[in-house]
This record gives sequence, C-alpha cells and structure tokens, in this order.
Amino acid sequence: MAMTGAWTGMILIAAIYGLAAGNAAAVGAAAAEGAAAAVTLGARMLGAVMFWSGVMEVMARAGFTAALSKRLRPLLYRLFPSSRTDPALAEALSLNVSANLLGLGNAATPAGVTAAVRLRHHGTGDRASDELCRLAVMNTASIQLLPTTVAALRSSLGAADAFDILPAVWVTSLISVTAGLLAERGFSRLT
Amino acid sequence: MRTLTALLPALLPGIVGLAAAARGVDVFAALTDGARRGLELMGRILPSLAVLLPAVYMLRASGALEAFTALCTPLLEHLGIPVETVPLMLLRPLSGSAALAAGGELMAAFGPDSAVGRTAAVMLGSTETTFYVLSVYFGAAGVKKIRHAAAAALCADAAGFLAAAWCVRLLR
Repeated sequence: MAMTGAWTGMILIAAIYGLAAGNAAAVGAAAAEGAAAAVTLGARMLGAVMFWSGVMEVMARAGFTAALSKRLRPLLYRLFPSSRTDPALAEALSLNVSANLLGLGNAATPAGVTAAVRLRHHGTGDRASDELCRLAVMNTASIQLLPTTVAALRSSLGAADAFDILPAVWVTSLISVTAGLLAERGFSRLT
Repeated sequence: MRTLTALLPALLPGIVGLAAAARGVDVFAALTDGARRGLELMGRILPSLAVLLPAVYMLRASGALEAFTALCTPLLEHLGIPVETVPLMLLRPLSGSAALAAGGELMAAFGPDSAVGRTAAVMLGSTETTFYVLSVYFGAAGVKKIRHAAAAALCADAAGFLAAAWCVRLLR
C-alpha cells in the first residue's frame, strides 16, 4: 500500500511540476525512456544475479550456514535471553542471522518468522516484547557479507571492481545494525 | 584490501565449489537450483523496476527532483551526504525494487566508480526494505502493537545512510 502512494505521488508531482515548469514534453518522453532503461538494467544484471545465487546455494549446501550459525550462538544468547531456555528458538535465530550474513534471503525469512512466532509465545499477547522488536530491527538492518545483487548492478554498469565497495559495506552495516540495537534499547522504556 | 576484493569473485566460486564437492554435495545441481532462484528473484524485481524507473525518470525530467534536492542541500552538505542520493534514501525503506531503480539510475548517470555511484551502492548494500520486513515479522507473529520497532529500525537506516557517505570517502 505504501508503494501505491509513493508511485502515484511521484507521477503526479512530475506531471504538475513539469507542466508548471514547461517540461511536460520531457516528462512524457522520460516515461518510455525509464521503462526501456529498466529492461536494459534487468537484462544486464540477470546473468550476474543468477551466477551468484548459484554460488550462494552451493555455500548453503556445503554447510557454511550451519557452521556459521553454531559460532553465532553465544552472541545470540546475550541478545535474546529467552533463547537460553528454548532450543528451537535458538536454532531459528541463529539460522536467521547466518542466512542473512550469507545473503540467503529464502532461508533467512522462514527462520526469522519461526523465531518471531516463538518469541510471541514468550511475550505478552499482541504487544511486541523487547526481544521481538530486537529481532525485527536486526532484520531491517542488512548484515550481508556479500551484497551480490548490488555487485551485479555495479558490474553491469561497467564498474572496474564490482566488489571493491565491500569494506565500506561491512563497516556501514555494522554501524547501522549497532545504531538500530542501541535505539531499540533506548526507546524500549518510552513505549 | 583492494587486491582482496578484486580476487574475491575469481577465487570464491572455486573455494566454495571445492569445499562442497569434498562434502559430497552435487555442486552442479546446487548451482543450477540457486541460479533458478536468481532468475525468479529478477522475475519478481523486473515488473516493479519497469514501472518505478519511469517514475524516477519523470521526476527528474520535470525538474521537481532538482528543486527538492536543492531544498535538502544545506542539511545534507552539512552531514556530508551527496544530495543526489535523496530519492534513493526516501525510497529505500519502502521498496527494494524502487531503491534499486533509484540507485541504478545514479550509478548510470554518475558512473559506478564515482563518489555518488559508490555511496548509492553502499547505501543499497547495507540497508534493507524496512517497512516490508517489519510487516512480514510482526504480521507473522500476529502482533499489532509494534511499539518502538519502526522508530529503532529507521534510526538504523539513518545511521546507515550517514555511515555509507562517510565510509565511501574514507575507505578507498
């Protein structure tokens, strides 16, 4: 629903502002131009996205996810105290975080949803617990080690080294998720 | 660091493939299954890209985008964020494909290796579609009162945008 408003708003603003500024013809031409650019962009990205999705799937089947999720347990026990007494919750949480780290969205979401449902049982009715908010905030802040879709986009547009943004992405992700967790803790008493 | 990231796309598939083969995984079947998921992902993204990119282009052609970014310039310049990334930052929490459209447009216009293009890439790579994720998690748990989750998640986004601009300048 949010996108209905966003899209309609963008188009309306473009039309009205374009008319007022005398750019109406350019606005009309830009629609077809943008649609063509979308297909070009999609076609150029497709190959790299498919290739890296394949490599990530091999990574998952080779047990990288399982190995990573075992290492993450101690950290997750601290962030989510109720997982100490709930092994199924601990399992779902660590799978969610490790799949997110490896960029396996199709594995991360079901595990995260399982964890959210279990956290609800530990909480109080339809009011979110701190831990459930924490889980949601962690998932809204991307913590992907290899942002392959963005790398595919960069290489399709002719970047010299599509992955050279990695150090910046890692530091930024770390800052972003830390800020989210601190904000969660800080705001928790206000709501 | 630079050489490492240049070697990664060359070495990683081989290392992963070897490790998987050593554990008896059918590597080729895994590759094609994963590639099929990539195809499905792009199949889901492309229709929204095809309607959202025209909207971004129209906004730019009308001159409204320029006028709006001019309004934001004093604040963003103070924070060190490239003003061109305004549409990307506004769309990022709402829709992944819209953000990809806005970011792709910036990278095409300014070049993927320009400061603006790199900032857009880091913003895309280190944030998520906040409102979509919130609706999935709280919807699945059947929780209506999400309390401070949205505010905290938006703090994470804001910190991410700021950090993206700074990291691109410092880490290159």
